[in-house]
Amino acid sequence: MLVTDEPQVPSESPPVATRRTRRWPFRPNLPSLGEGKVAYLFLTPWFLGLLLITLGPILASAYLSFTDYSLIGAPEWTGGDNYERMLSDPRFFQSLKVTFTYVFVSVPLQLAFALALALVLDKGVRGLAFYRSAYYLPSLLGASVAVAILWRQIFGSNGLINTTLGAIGFDNLPGWVSTPDYALGTLIVLNVWTFGAPMVIFLAGLRQIPRMYYEAASVDGAGRLRQFVTITLPLLSPIIFFNLVLQTISAFQTFTQSFIVSGGTGGPADSTLFYTLYLYQRGFGNFDMGYASALAWVLLLIVGGLTAVNFLASKYWVFYGDD
Amino acid sequence: MATTEATPATQKGTEGTESTALRTRPSVTGRDKPRRRPLAHIALIGFGLLMLYPLIWMLASSFKPTPDIFTEPGLLPSDPTLNNYTAGWSALGQPFSQYLINSAIVVAGAIAGNLLACSMAAYAFARLNFPLKKLWFAIMLGSIMLPIHVVIVPQYILFSQADLINTFWPLILPKLLATDGFFVFLMVQFIRGLPRELDEAARIDGCGHWGIFTRVILPLSTPALATTAIFTFIWTWNDFFSQLIFLTDPEMYTVPVALRTFVDATSQTPWGPVFAMSMVSLGPIFGFFLAGQRYLVRGIATTGLK
Repeated sequence: MLVTDEPQVPSESPPVATRRTRRWPFRPNLPSLGEGKVAYLFLTPWFLGLLLITLGPILASAYLSFTDYSLIGAPEWTGGDNYERMLSDPRFFQSLKVTFTYVFVSVPLQLAFALALALVLDKGVRGLAFYRSAYYLPSLLGASVAVAILWRQIFGSNGLINTTLGAIGFDNLPGWVSTPDYALGTLIVLNVWTFGAPMVIFLAGLRQIPRMYYEAASVDGAGRLRQFVTITLPLLSPIIFFNLVLQTISAFQTFTQSFIVSGGTGGPADSTLFYTLYLYQRGFGNFDMGYASALAWVLLLIVGGLTAVNFLASKYWVFYGDD
Repeated sequence: MATTEATPATQKGTEGTESTALRTRPSVTGRDKPRRRPLAHIALIGFGLLMLYPLIWMLASSFKPTPDIFTEPGLLPSDPTLNNYTAGWSALGQPFSQYLINSAIVVAGAIAGNLLACSMAAYAFARLNFPLKKLWFAIMLGSIMLPIHVVIVPQYILFSQADLINTFWPLILPKLLATDGFFVFLMVQFIRGLPRELDEAARIDGCGHWGIFTRVILPLSTPALATTAIFTFIWTWNDFFSQLIFLTDPEMYTVPVALRTFVDATSQTPWGPVFAMSMVSLGPIFGFFLAGQRYLVRGIATTGLK
């Protein structure tokens, strides 16, 4: 029955092999190399990257974190001094507080928005592709300096929010980005605004759920809410977990937004002093490379730890089919 | 008959199955279906406008004289002007075109590097057997989660000792060395889905591994390569942290670093020109977004990129 569609398929594959089969004139004698050696040749750039850009620097910063180093002269071994200083550094604790607040408030909100919109769009709305694109766009722009600058204006004392609220009768409005109590909130709004990326992933996940489960449930008399709780949530839980891990890690690395909105200070009153911003200030403002390396290692441990906690906790709520 | 009914359901997947599912659930959805749809559209459009309003407002404001931005409530400029664009273009030390060119160089280098290096690494992981493969693959996956802030200090020391600060190398070299594990993983997944028979056919025709890679795998991996190129473009174009650290000479500034000096150096921000140049900086992303939507959506759906 479906034969009419078939003929296209075989015509696609052969040309690749037959198009230009002549041997290379100067072909190196590759077949004599074992597959393992060939693989390591293909991986040469990646290994160099591991050595110079990723794994090597991780180990180097482990060493530097036990030294005093300001780029001039040689690193001077100081033992655990940097870590001890950290324990009595109020700005270190402030930056942890700001970052954790940001992560624990903005990530759940962002995922809730993403899931809600994905559920609405999954109901088979006409023009799905259009809505998906419109909601996705902020995710692409959210990390840019331009949008951070825009945020600084919108939530400024004479910004879009205040002129709009002023026009409908509110007065004595604060400058949101310049008030310690609200500044972090504006950045949380910015992160929630970029819910489009997890939404697209939720949409892809929702499409994997067989429709017959819902049909069976509705035959049995299950209402919408019941169907959502007993079918959608369990079957979507691996995707929720995936989004949670990714967004947590990415929220932990927020830098641009706080740097631009606070003008690089983390202000007002350190209320937007993100961990990465503090690391930047110590490393590239004060050139205190030893302390910055210690901060970097603590960041690595926190991100690694949070990911591990996420994975451990996932055993209790993520559903991977029948065991 | 059978074909016309079967193909939409199998090819378009969800849309087909959804509509039939809705039809077979009359007790649940049938009652409120006709009324719900237009309301849903109004809500979705309204919410979409609310989300995009800041961007639309910035675009409109970029055509208004600075004082009007704060006093004029409506979107449409009563006195549209291009002055912000000409003023913003030459407001900083260098003409804005210099920053655009610098950004373009960094982005082009990053795309070339990621396409070549990540696909080579992916070929090895997807097609070849070698000692310690599982270990290296696990390390590659782990590197996806590695925040750049953890390694920035040693990287800075390395590049400053090689006298490469204020060149584009610290931004391009990591891409030439396949350090974006995301894209290695994306391409491993893609290459694993290609039939191995094609490799065999090429081998019989006399291709070595390099031949199989360049003549079979790469041409067939166009979708994954396109996704990689588009995401590399957007991420590198937006990237601020590493460009802020490695480029301190105003002549080498890229667009984000230059934009930042607008709000940094002056106590009184010239919002009109700032918005105009912000729109210029977002333009290329928007263009790539429109051109590459298909690959973007596929990319995030398969690997969760943002």
